[in-house]
Amino acid sequence: MIEAVPVRRLLERHVVRQFMRHKGALLGFAFLVFILAFVLLGPLIWTIDPQFIDIRARNSGMSLAHPLGADQLGRDMLARLMAGGRASVAVGAAAMLLSLLIGGLVGLLAGFVRWLDGPLMRLTDLFLALPLLPLLLVVILLFRESLRAAFGPEAGIFILMVAVMGITGWMQTARVVRGEVLTVKELEFVAAARSVGAPEHRIAGRHVLPNVLSPIMVSATLGMANAIITESALSFLGLGFPSDFATWGRLLFDATDYLQQYPGRVLWPGLAISLTVLSVNYIGDGLRDSLDPRSRSMHSGSL
Amino acid sequence: MRKFTIRLAGLAILAVGVLPVSAAAAAERGRDGHVSIIYWQAPSILNPYLSGGTKDIEAASIVVEPLARFDASGNLTPWLAATVPTLANGGVSADLKTVTWKLREGLRWSDGSPVTAADVAFTAEYCRDPAGGCSQLARFDDVTAVEALDDLTVKVTFGVPKPYPYGPFVGATSPILQKAQFGDCKGARAPECTDANFGPVGTGPFRVTGFRPNDVISLEANPHYRDPAKPAFATVTFKGGGDAAAAGRAVLATGEFDYAWNLQLSPEVLKGMAAAGKGNVVSSFGTLVERLVVNLTDPSPGRGEARSTRAHPHPFLADRAVRKALSMAIDRKLLVEIGYGQAGRPACNVVPAPEIYASKANDDCLRQDVEGAKRLLDGAGWRPGPDGVRQKDGVRLSILYQTSTNAVRQDFQALIKQWWSDIGIETELRNIDASVFFGGDPGSPDTYQKFFADIEMYANNFEGADPESYLGAWRCGNEPRPASQWQGENMPRYCSEAYDRLLKEMAVTGEISERARLAREMNDLLVQDYVLIPLVHRGRVSAHARSLGGVRLNTWDSEIWNIADWHRAR
Repeated sequence: MIEAVPVRRLLERHVVRQFMRHKGALLGFAFLVFILAFVLLGPLIWTIDPQFIDIRARNSGMSLAHPLGADQLGRDMLARLMAGGRASVAVGAAAMLLSLLIGGLVGLLAGFVRWLDGPLMRLTDLFLALPLLPLLLVVILLFRESLRAAFGPEAGIFILMVAVMGITGWMQTARVVRGEVLTVKELEFVAAARSVGAPEHRIAGRHVLPNVLSPIMVSATLGMANAIITESALSFLGLGFPSDFATWGRLLFDATDYLQQYPGRVLWPGLAISLTVLSVNYIGDGLRDSLDPRSRSMHSGSL
Repeated sequence: MRKFTIRLAGLAILAVGVLPVSAAAAAERGRDGHVSIIYWQAPSILNPYLSGGTKDIEAASIVVEPLARFDASGNLTPWLAATVPTLANGGVSADLKTVTWKLREGLRWSDGSPVTAADVAFTAEYCRDPAGGCSQLARFDDVTAVEALDDLTVKVTFGVPKPYPYGPFVGATSPILQKAQFGDCKGARAPECTDANFGPVGTGPFRVTGFRPNDVISLEANPHYRDPAKPAFATVTFKGGGDAAAAGRAVLATGEFDYAWNLQLSPEVLKGMAAAGKGNVVSSFGTLVERLVVNLTDPSPGRGEARSTRAHPHPFLADRAVRKALSMAIDRKLLVEIGYGQAGRPACNVVPAPEIYASKANDDCLRQDVEGAKRLLDGAGWRPGPDGVRQKDGVRLSILYQTSTNAVRQDFQALIKQWWSDIGIETELRNIDASVFFGGDPGSPDTYQKFFADIEMYANNFEGADPESYLGAWRCGNEPRPASQWQGENMPRYCSEAYDRLLKEMAVTGEISERARLAREMNDLLVQDYVLIPLVHRGRVSAHARSLGGVRLNTWDSEIWNIADWHRAR
């Protein structure tokens, strides 16, 4: 155990170095930091209420008072973009983490524990067969009122939405992870670890998991993009946040009617969504490369 | 009759004004060549009795005509009949059970044969055939017999007193069919008579020369039309299909078509198209009113089964002062400007038209009065709390405001929320998919009938020109509730003895002006009690080419009701 500490530190240093070497990942990371700063710290500097209607400024273009213009009711686009980003990134990240957690766990267990494989995969099939929309309708029917009473309309919907998206979004991850685990656990190094007496949970966590990280990362990035889009679809159906609560998806949806007259209004939230998703994608790419034990051994055989 | 003569005189003046030099040349049928019309929903049949679709009914109205129809201001005008029968002229019997129509003399079908009372009686027989599945059967409600007394006289008998007997043979949905053509097409055979259904012989200004279902209709001037000087056009192309934006562009921007129907487009988009200068946007107002409905009962989930029923009054909306303040805080002109442009105007009444039915007692709602609303709430004991939201005895003025998902409605919600917050009322917005909201499924909590919210917003109107059944919606006992499977039209759960009394009186009143007075009084009760808060009177918007004259947009009947008067403006 005493020797394990420097090895781990070495490993961390190596991962960071590998990550820094990946230009796309670095850029993506920088952009994500920027977006997070924009949505979290931005409102402290730009203090206009995103729901405030200044009717005289409606449909106005870029100006000092409204750097990104104002929408059809005169709400400040910059403030709405910040507020919308906060909601969308929060929903996207939380839903992604939840589905990742469930999907990764189910996949790992199914791939690794033989007797769990059948039941868990049938469960996955069951969830895949569930039609999402009717399920959502039922869930919202059952829980909206109580969550609204307990946490207020916005937080209540947030919890509901993240939970529903997490619960209905993990199956692909689980399947991919299971497949990878099945391959990896037959490889020699796993057999070697087992032969020196490593316990099963250590093998799963220390040897198998890092090797299946790349598909998990890919589904994570996809999951985040999906969650942002699903959120806007739900808002459209009236199942999401209240209509005046800004999210990127809603901004985009509201702006499509004015695509010809005011293309900027579609452009900004659209750009924000796609760049955020892209940056998460690149980060995933970089992480996969730097975490992948195979790339590690290729670049620095000394470990 | 008076209206009709005025209308004729007006047309005569118009005709003289347009062609002052040679009135003789003007009197020639078909002088103006071709006119093309585009409906972005394509007609699939030309028999209104076999279709409920507006597009089919309106297309058919060029060819087949009723005994009487509504003019552009919603007044009943004799069409194939010589006069409109009333109590005063003896056409309607004193017991309100029979109505006697007299046809104009000398009417001919487009094949040259004379129009007789037998054709009228046959039309009723055709639609009332139980095996026929007639779409306009509701027009013949309570009719027990339709008899031809002589060649020009037909008597309609009802089983019950009908204070408003203008259901059968009135308006574009109930035109007269030719007995000779449809005689073998009754009952179950009705849909099989393709030739007749696609090319009915009519009395209208044009007759069908070609019909391709869901695509295009070609028509030519009817040589036997009753007015030898009309129609001004020799041929008509009636094109169907596409979408509202494309139809609008075809008339306003490119000038390919002369007339485009029902352009449901945002004011900004329409303005952009009209800027091309090829055509005019015209609007006309029927009875459609966008309104807020106030829930007078308690919708809180804690009420369980009795939620939103009259068992529990609303904690604060039962207070008229609060309801009135909600209405006073709204700037209706701005709502119109943002949401509807030319297709709307501020509304203060739930019965906004026809003119004689529209009350003038509520016009002060046009002025937004935020300070007045605040004073009203102060006076009623609702004081601002620490968070700026007014409260009294622990009850906060916090409103859940729901409507269907629709871009204009969400803009309205946001605006109204801000106005209400200005007077110290907190609002939570909710929008629900229209098919759920209006779906009426008793299993869903989100329908507009269940009304599990404090305020809801939607638009509603009434068919035809008589508001009796529409006003009947708000009678006591007609509210949706568990016992009625949540069916019913009294959304605010309104219950007023005075209102119900007026309603009963209307059911036995035949005189139109008296009926109008009763309707106005009921409207005033609803609006001055602030159980319904009218916002916008919504109209129909269509467009016609600059060169097309004589268009008088009509929302009470077919839009192209007066196509016989259309002409090329020079």
